[in-house]
Parts: sequence; structure tokens; C-alpha cells
Amino acid sequence: MTISRNARLLLASLLGVGLAFIYIPLTVVVINSFNSSRTFSWPPQEFTTKWWTMALDNTGVREALKWSILAGLLATAIALVLGSSLAFAVSRYNFFGKEVISLLVVLPISLPGVVTGIALNNAFTKQLGMSTGLLTVVIGHATFCIVVVYNNAVARLRRMGTSLQEASMDLGANGFTTFRLITLPNMASALLAGGLLAFGLSFDEIVVTTFTAGPGIETLPIWIYNNLFRPNQTPIVNVVAATLVFISIVPIYLSQRLSSDSSSGGRFS
Amino acid sequence: MSDAVIVSIRALKRSFGEVRAVDDIDLDIREGEFLTLLGPSGSGKTTVLRMIAGFEKPDSGTITLAGKDVSQLPPYERDVNTVFQDYALFPHMNVLENIEYGLRVKGVSKEERRTQALVALKQIRLEGYEARKPAQLSGGQRQRVALARALVNKPSVLLLDEPLGALDLKLREQMQIELKALQREVGITFIFVTHDQEEALTMSDRIAVFNHGKIEQLGAPREIYENPKSEFVSEFVGQTNRIELDGKKINIRPEFVSSAHSGAGDRSIKATLRDEIFVGATTRYLFDTEPGFSMISTQPNNGLKIGDAVTLSWQREKEFLVQ
Repeated sequence: MTISRNARLLLASLLGVGLAFIYIPLTVVVINSFNSSRTFSWPPQEFTTKWWTMALDNTGVREALKWSILAGLLATAIALVLGSSLAFAVSRYNFFGKEVISLLVVLPISLPGVVTGIALNNAFTKQLGMSTGLLTVVIGHATFCIVVVYNNAVARLRRMGTSLQEASMDLGANGFTTFRLITLPNMASALLAGGLLAFGLSFDEIVVTTFTAGPGIETLPIWIYNNLFRPNQTPIVNVVAATLVFISIVPIYLSQRLSSDSSSGGRFS
Repeated sequence: MSDAVIVSIRALKRSFGEVRAVDDIDLDIREGEFLTLLGPSGSGKTTVLRMIAGFEKPDSGTITLAGKDVSQLPPYERDVNTVFQDYALFPHMNVLENIEYGLRVKGVSKEERRTQALVALKQIRLEGYEARKPAQLSGGQRQRVALARALVNKPSVLLLDEPLGALDLKLREQMQIELKALQREVGITFIFVTHDQEEALTMSDRIAVFNHGKIEQLGAPREIYENPKSEFVSEFVGQTNRIELDGKKINIRPEFVSSAHSGAGDRSIKATLRDEIFVGATTRYLFDTEPGFSMISTQPNNGLKIGDAVTLSWQREKEFLVQ
């Protein structure tokens, strides 16, 4: 497609404006985490790492980091098992209501977090009589983590087709051996990509977490929220926010690379 | 080739929804023969192959392999191997690992399977390609690896599902010859599925012509070509002039119709050239005949011009009747 010079300039500047809106505030947060002024006068006069040291020494922050990682890992593990099983069922077998199930699995990602959160809280505390805690946070996060694993797995299974499995069975391998030697290795990069994405989603989630975490659990986003308006905590909040940005970017970046590697590599062509 | 039957199919049926893909088929396949299932797409030939392999279960009927009913067995308990249309090479394994796969899952020791895989690799003339991944091979090479991966297991029957379909014409013709030679060499029964009549005629010991889930005719290539039993077979396997002469319906292949003035046959008919289609080594001439019907004659290019009056002639013994 060819576009005129003016249209190209216009598109480029719109793109620039869009990216600026997203990334300038984030950059300011990261820069401010090194700004030595306690009132964050702009532009920064001097840079320091003392806020980072303070944050690392802050037990609240360390606790929150621990809960975030724990919840992320557990939610991702659940999502990997359930998401890939669902993907297998939907793409390899025909059964009544298959399309509906496929839709129901994907739906949670578009549901408002506040609704999911209240509904889950209600179910946990009223219907099931559970007390909120790590388990409820993990289940809450798993509801939307499953979606990304499922989507990745379904796409890969569709691209793989059934002939590799047939060839394996034809050569004498039973269903389990075929899964271990053929299906799983060819799914691995898709599952890894889905898992990383799931972890990224869980790590910075706040709305569902608010409703499913009990008083004892504070994940990093919740810690930020709770400390945001305490003036003496502002420097540490900046550090934690910057950390969140980094930890969220890495899995997303890796996951993108993994997905594009296998789609452009022509492994299934 | 012997007369012993290796695969015996009886009253085989399989429907997909309303469509009877395979409609009551009986077929005996002899040990060591090259049998082709030929037919248009949707004629049931591939479904029969997939039922022999075990990927599809028959609705009814039996498939016996070397005297044992295998109709209900899963693919991994049948002594047959398949070369797939898309080759289905394992993308995460190299050439050698692909070829070794069948032996590996059967528990053959590492050294033993390596030795056998290298022999197979030599057979398909791909020595030195052990470490390549399938994505790094050409279409023809992938095809040969798929063949080696199946043959290294020494199955009693090799199933080939349109394996040459994805290759270009020149490579396809070369592979036809190689495949036929390989089959003679290893002496394994080949069941070959294709919709290409020329391919079927070139390679097969016998051809089963499929139409609407039934076998229309089973016989040697020459028999199928020169003596087609039905209109469908005569149309599908080569071209036919279907004419009525002296109140009788007659079929004659275009290459047996000559326009030479000498009058090479005991049938003759006056005609004028209406059109010609150059097809390389030969030309297809379309004539309007005196009785009013058109006829096609396929001959080497002989310098006829449109409008020329000729006498078409052929030998009666080349004519055939169909039902």
C-alpha cells in the first residue's frame, strides 16, 4: 500500500502523540524515583538512589512484592493447567455447546473487574463461607489468566492441525507418548508465552484483588494505592511504581517475541 | 508379488452425516503389489486409506490385515505405516530423529535404530542431511524423509495419501519412477491414493477406480484404460470419443483415431478440421464429421490446417463398450 507524503506525516504525528500520552507519564514516574528532591520539583536538580534503598528496606514493600509474586505464580500455574486442557477439549473434540464454552472461557477478560471482584467476594464469603486470603486472590486472578493461556493454546493447536498426532500414532506411539513427544514440545513456546502474559496480568491487577484479598494480604498495586496519599511515602511509591512497570514489561516483551518467533519461523508451514 | 492376500476388505461402510463416503466396499489387496485407489475428490478413496491406517473407524464391515481383523484397533497397533499428503514431519526434530521415531517408540535401542535410520537415509539418498530440520528441506526432500520415516519400520503395508500432490510436475514424474523402483526393491505392499489418472497408470500393478463411495472397476492399468467398464471410468481415465455409428454406440480413444490418408484402420469416416489444441509432444485435433458429430484425434503435429478435409480411421478392435 502506498500512502501520500502528507498522510504519512499525519499518521506519524498521531502515532507520536499516542505513544507520548502513554509513555511520558510512565517515564516521569521512573525518573522521579531517582529525583533527590522530596517534593519532586521538576526538572530534577539532582539524582539519587536513596529512595530505592529505602524501598528495599521497607518491610511493607517486601511483603507486598512477595504476595504479588506468589499470587502471580499460583494463578499462572492454575491458568496453564486449566487453560490448556480447555484448549485441547475445544480444538480436538466435538461436543454439544462447544462454541458457548469457548465464549464463556474468554468472557472474563472483558468483564468489568469491579463486577468480577464483587461477585467473587460474594461467592467466597457468603455462599462458600471462605475467608478472603491468598487462595481467593489466586482464584480471582486465575479467572482472567486462563483466558490468555487458552487463547495462545487454541491458536497453536489450530495451526498444528491433527496430522502430527496422526503421524505419531501411525508410527506406533500411543496417545500419551504422542502427547509427550509431539504435542507438548510443539505447544511449549505458546504455553510459555501465555504463562508470561498471565503472570504480567496478575502482577499488576488491582480491582479484583481489592475485593478478593483479605486484610492480611497486600499486593504491590494495593500497597501503592494504600500509600499513595501519605506524603512521606511518596518517594517509595514512585520506586514501587517503577518496579511494577519493569516487572510487567519483561514478561509481555518475552511473550511477544515467543509468539512472533513461531508464527514467522514457518515451523508449521 | 504373490497371490497371497495381505489386506482384505469386506462390506466396508462409513458415512459422514448424510454422505456415504464409503458405500459397501469389498477389496482384496495382494502381498507385494502396488495398488492405486484412483478417483475424484470425495469419491471415498482417502477414507478407505484412513480406515486401513486406523484414523477412522468403519460404521460396519471388516478390514483384515495378514489374517487378523484390525478394524477396531488403534493406529499404533497396526502393522501399517502412512506417508501423509502434507508429510507431517515433526517440526521440532531433525531428519534423523524423524526417521528414528517409529523405532524409538517401539523401544529399539539407540545404536540399533541409528544404524537402521542411516540405512534408510542412504536409501533415499539424503546422506549428510541428518541434522537438518524439516523446515530446511525442499518439498522433494521432505517427501523422501516422510517415505524413509515410514519404511524404516518395515511395515507389511505402506499407505500413501497423495504423496506427490504438492510437488511440481517435473519432480512428480521423477518421484513416480523412484517410488515404483523403491517399491520393487523393498517388496512391501503399497496402497497409493491419487486423483491423477496418469500417475495411477504409470505406477500401479492394479488400479481401483472409485466413484461415489464405490469401486467402479478394479484391474491392471492397461485393462482399465483399454477396457473401461463404465462411462465414468472411460471419462476419468483418459479421454473418449463417444459416438453413434450405424445405430450402435461406440467408444474410441482419441489417440487411436488417425487422420492419415492411407487409412490405417478398418473404420473410416469423412471429416473436416474445426480446431486444434497444441499440447506439446502431441496436438489435439477437433473434427466435424460427415454424420454430424464431433471427434477428437490426438496425434503428433502433422501440419493440418483448419478447414482441411480428411478421412478419419481407426481399428475396430480398439473400440470398447461401456454400460
